[in-house]
Amino acid sequence: MTPLLEARGLVKHFPVRRGLFGGPEKAVRAVDDVSFVIEPGATLGLVGESGCGKTTTAKLVLLLEQPTAGEIRFDGESLATLDAEGLRRYRHSVQAVFQDPYASLNPRMRVGAIIAEPLVTNEKLSAAEVGARLRNVLDLVSLPARAAELFPHEFSGGQRQRIAIARALTLSPRLIVLDEPVSALDVSIRAQILNLLKDLQRELGLAYLFIAHDLAAVAHMSHEIAVMYLGRVVEAGAARTVATQPRHPYTKALFAAALPSHPDESRDELVLAGDVPSPLDPPSGCRFHTRCPQVMPHCSTDEPKLACVDGRDVACHLYVPAGASKAAG
Amino acid sequence: MTQPVLLEVHGLTTHYVSARGTRVTRAVQDVSFTLNDGETLGIVGESGSGKSTLALSLLRLLPPAARIVAGSVRFEGEDLLAKRETEMRHIRGKRMAMILQDPMASLNPLFTVGDQVAEPLRVHEGTSRRSAWDRARGLLGAVRISAPDMRVRNYPHELSGGMRQRIVGAIAISCGPRLLIADEPTTSLDVTIQAQYLSLLRELQRAQRLALIFITHNLGIVARMCDAVAVMYAGRVVEAGPVRQIFNEPRHPYTRALIESIPRLGEANGRLTAIEGQPPDPAALPTGCAFHPRCPVRLEKCATERPRDTIVGAGHRTACWLHG
Repeated sequence: MTPLLEARGLVKHFPVRRGLFGGPEKAVRAVDDVSFVIEPGATLGLVGESGCGKTTTAKLVLLLEQPTAGEIRFDGESLATLDAEGLRRYRHSVQAVFQDPYASLNPRMRVGAIIAEPLVTNEKLSAAEVGARLRNVLDLVSLPARAAELFPHEFSGGQRQRIAIARALTLSPRLIVLDEPVSALDVSIRAQILNLLKDLQRELGLAYLFIAHDLAAVAHMSHEIAVMYLGRVVEAGAARTVATQPRHPYTKALFAAALPSHPDESRDELVLAGDVPSPLDPPSGCRFHTRCPQVMPHCSTDEPKLACVDGRDVACHLYVPAGASKAAG
Repeated sequence: MTQPVLLEVHGLTTHYVSARGTRVTRAVQDVSFTLNDGETLGIVGESGSGKSTLALSLLRLLPPAARIVAGSVRFEGEDLLAKRETEMRHIRGKRMAMILQDPMASLNPLFTVGDQVAEPLRVHEGTSRRSAWDRARGLLGAVRISAPDMRVRNYPHELSGGMRQRIVGAIAISCGPRLLIADEPTTSLDVTIQAQYLSLLRELQRAQRLALIFITHNLGIVARMCDAVAVMYAGRVVEAGPVRQIFNEPRHPYTRALIESIPRLGEANGRLTAIEGQPPDPAALPTGCAFHPRCPVRLEKCATERPRDTIVGAGHRTACWLHG
């Protein structure tokens, strides 16, 4: 089966302008050689701390940023080879829902106009057809038809997020990028939205790129998980495998730092020292070596490559001896 | 071993009154709890549940529109609500301190870290600038900031989010308070930085025998940090008790639903138990039990009569007609 979306060696550098007296040109290496695959109807969860590049990855997928290097293939076709009409179709097929439904909905537009806007701008449909599609997507997200007449401020946070999801659904996309879709919502509302997203995935065969810092929510929603650190994927594989038996020291620390769901839940207290280093000047070798509890001498010089360990990909010298990865790479 | 009672809150009620006195928002209603020396209490609730107003009421830092209309707050045996503002100033920052969510908003961008950590020492203890700065260096070390000699001269913008929040922690513990109130202290931090901060707070608590109140919407923080928990809904405590007991046997339908609605790591990907509807507007609360419109097991009288607190176990109480 062709994957729905495939990213190969994605790189995104943001150049940093130097002052009057210059100095060498520098770049924030937000995403540095990232590859992943999203299967039709499946969810890829991206996790990592702020500055790890997960939102930049989402922007690359949404074509809001152009990659410095690497390519994205959708349905087997490289986006770089698509003509204007092809790109238009791609943009129909890939939609987004963002974190803050208070910021992502125009307060001066009625909900009906917000949801129908992608249809009106992208397709030549009669008013009746637009109305029918509008009722259809409102029904999908369990909002009453009269919601179309109201303004966003008349809705609670959870309902606004339903409106944002409805807007993403109007063009019948195949992939939705969900960037922290529940973190702005109240605890009791989050489960409603997560359940809704799962139901929609099942009914419509949607694929999701799910980005969140709540690890339990990502593990719950995702089929596959990719863990990012300073622009690189350090571990990727089936969600349950990565979440319950992490191998990379960073993944271990990340999931150990996740809060327990019960006071008796015992977790290894694995507290990382220090902060995430600046992506302007990432550490040499393995980028995690400055904080790694199991650091070895060659970690600061040799960059580990992703290699299959216990049924998932890990980039760590603990599992692949430095010499072997060089020979293989 | 029984610990002496540090804080005793009884029937605390705080209302927000609009400028003309026509609209009253009942933010905190009849809240009671006790906190012993060295203990950790979690106060859990969603936005609008009154948890932050409760915290501000304890410190008497409420905005002008808010009034404490009933109840008592006894701290180390003294009635805080009877104190004059000048007396409160000697208590805040010295005997009880607070950590807020956003460290960038609680630090002054125009003063160095050293000045800000030394300030409470100079104000409350009259320490000279020089020795206050010496102690500030020690406090930065206590909150695990590396190279404190250099960091005291930094401004807040030169530090990372995690470091800033540790500075706020250093300010809070500078005068050796008995009680530290932390309002969503880690919400703006990354996961691994949050873990660092929580273990730091634990260490400080052990070293200084601090009592802690965690105001949070995150049950995970309660599970990790707290001895006891009070669950708030629409301004009232609907259930309170020892943490293990509440997680093992939640008796209020809201508490149970909250616990069940959270995805758990490593569990099968089933559906989550969602709570229907949304939290009520604190200015227009439902009659009877405020949770009844969303309650999956409501009885007829829930819509009209408000349930009273019922003891359902050792130190465990809930306000629900199922147990009334």
